[in-house]
Amino acid sequence: MVQTNRPAHPRARGLAYLPYLLPGMVAFTVIILVPLALNLWYSLHRWKGGMSPMRFIGLDNYAELARDEKFWASFSNSLSMIVAMVIIPTLIGLVLAAVLFDYVGKHFSSRTAAALRAMYYLPQILPISVAGIVWNWILNSQTGAVNTILRGLGVASPPNWLGSTSTALGSVMLVLIWIQIGYPTVIFMSALQRVDPELYEAAELDGAGWLARFRAITVPQIRPETFVIVLTCTIAALKVFAPIYVLTRGGPESSTLVPSYYSYLNFFDKSKVGYGAAISTVLTLVIIVIAGVIQVFQNRSARREEEGR
Amino acid sequence: MSNTTLAPAPAAASAAAAVGRAPAPQNGAAPRRKDRFHRGAGRWIVLAIVGLFALAMVAPFLLMVINAFKSPAEYSGGSPLSLPKQIYTDGLAYFWQRVNFPVKLWNSIWTSALVAVAGTLLSLLNAYAIGVGRVRGRAWIVAVFMIANMLPQEGLIYPLFTMAQKTGLTDNPWSIVIIFTVIQSAFGTYLLSSVLGTFPRALLEAAELDGAGRWQILWRVVYPIVRPTMAVLAIFFFIWTWNEFFIPLVMLTSNDNQTVPIALSSLQGDRMLDVPTLNAGALVSLIPTFLFFLFFQRTLTRGVTAGAVK
Repeated sequence: MVQTNRPAHPRARGLAYLPYLLPGMVAFTVIILVPLALNLWYSLHRWKGGMSPMRFIGLDNYAELARDEKFWASFSNSLSMIVAMVIIPTLIGLVLAAVLFDYVGKHFSSRTAAALRAMYYLPQILPISVAGIVWNWILNSQTGAVNTILRGLGVASPPNWLGSTSTALGSVMLVLIWIQIGYPTVIFMSALQRVDPELYEAAELDGAGWLARFRAITVPQIRPETFVIVLTCTIAALKVFAPIYVLTRGGPESSTLVPSYYSYLNFFDKSKVGYGAAISTVLTLVIIVIAGVIQVFQNRSARREEEGR
Repeated sequence: MSNTTLAPAPAAASAAAAVGRAPAPQNGAAPRRKDRFHRGAGRWIVLAIVGLFALAMVAPFLLMVINAFKSPAEYSGGSPLSLPKQIYTDGLAYFWQRVNFPVKLWNSIWTSALVAVAGTLLSLLNAYAIGVGRVRGRAWIVAVFMIANMLPQEGLIYPLFTMAQKTGLTDNPWSIVIIFTVIQSAFGTYLLSSVLGTFPRALLEAAELDGAGRWQILWRVVYPIVRPTMAVLAIFFFIWTWNEFFIPLVMLTSNDNQTVPIALSSLQGDRMLDVPTLNAGALVSLIPTFLFFLFFQRTLTRGVTAGAVK
């Protein structure tokens, strides 16, 4: 870069912009950093919350967590959440996006493809409590739509989908898949738009069928987006709260318990604030590690892009 | 988008009927000419499959709509799949009064709108310092903002709850406004700084030579150019805040302060409500977001993409 006649020294310039960062920094400190630190502090105490006395107990809450079967159950349910919110939707979204973009968009019209995309995306945009109410009713054992239909078909005792330990987790996973599918589909479709159409045309001239093009062009070309989707959705899966709250409240018998709901339960239901803080601290740490990984990989891929791949 | 349509777009013509027919045998072997995209029955089968999938995605809504207008007697007497014989609106009216819906609606609207405006402004100030001002340590600041956006709210909630108690903001929608302005602006800062990081230097220098100060440059040079991005952000902040569940659930305890999603979820254990009323409630609560979705569909998809890939 050629030296320009900029008035001030670079460092002074940097300082000059600090006032613009000040409101954001103050707000961020008060609303995020301080609460995070306080939560960590609470996790080292036995505390019923409110005005009751706090008693420092060091790492006892964490030791108790390590022995707590419910805590481990909640984390193993997180793995099911990852299957339902990351693995299955990403695979389905990948196929849907490729079919919509490379097939429906070309053989019909891009408007048809866009309309279908909007339908897949709809569940993403709605308040979770609406989805919760509707699905609770659809899956209700007595008055629900699914079981009424099943009884009409002659099934004598259809399952209690959300109410029995054997089906609750699967039912919740189904709802989560339904919620999530639109997100990877939309992102993959826009990722495909950035792929050079000449690649597809060349492959087609060489006689490559749809499946061959999907494997050789689509999947490798949209790898950066796939990576971002997998990691952000993994974080969302670890944090999942509202769907559990509106569908099952962690039950029956913790079969759908997740860490975030377990900490909420300890905070506001059992008045074990210190214990709830310990659970949420562990969850926060897990997520920070994963978010850090995302940052590293994004920086790396950004750098590669700048260097011209 | 590559619009290669040569033939007129297919009308809603029965895709399902096409499935019944056997696929044409010439599929694949046919010589490819100019109009290679618009031949063969195979494409109708593909359309039917993705169409059925789309139908399965919207099926819960369709079920909800047709059952929202049945009377309780009609619901328990018939199948959930049957259309209502007459339009029964008492369930809707009952829901409207029972949850005092206009109040909840207003709470959702003003809190989300304030967060959308305040959040984008805060994001702009931060991003101006980071992207244009290039303050030292900006890479770290952006990383911290991004990570903060991903933190589980459970890790903040109890301290925020006690802080609200100490400042007299318990059960006050303003607590939601303040908290979400900061949380959303963490994402906004992340996105806007990367946009402003590539802001044309020549423009800034020209303005500097004309004697504009930093404040003037922000509002006269930078702001007009990033306004479209800020609009996308604002729309996003609005809808995210509207849909927020966890923090409003904890913070807003009394009926008059709740937002739409919380009011709706509080109905769930309510044994007084019959199935059509529940569906009517879900339907009414969905309408504002649904309208929003229709108006801003394009913007929303653009925003999702920007968030994932920037």
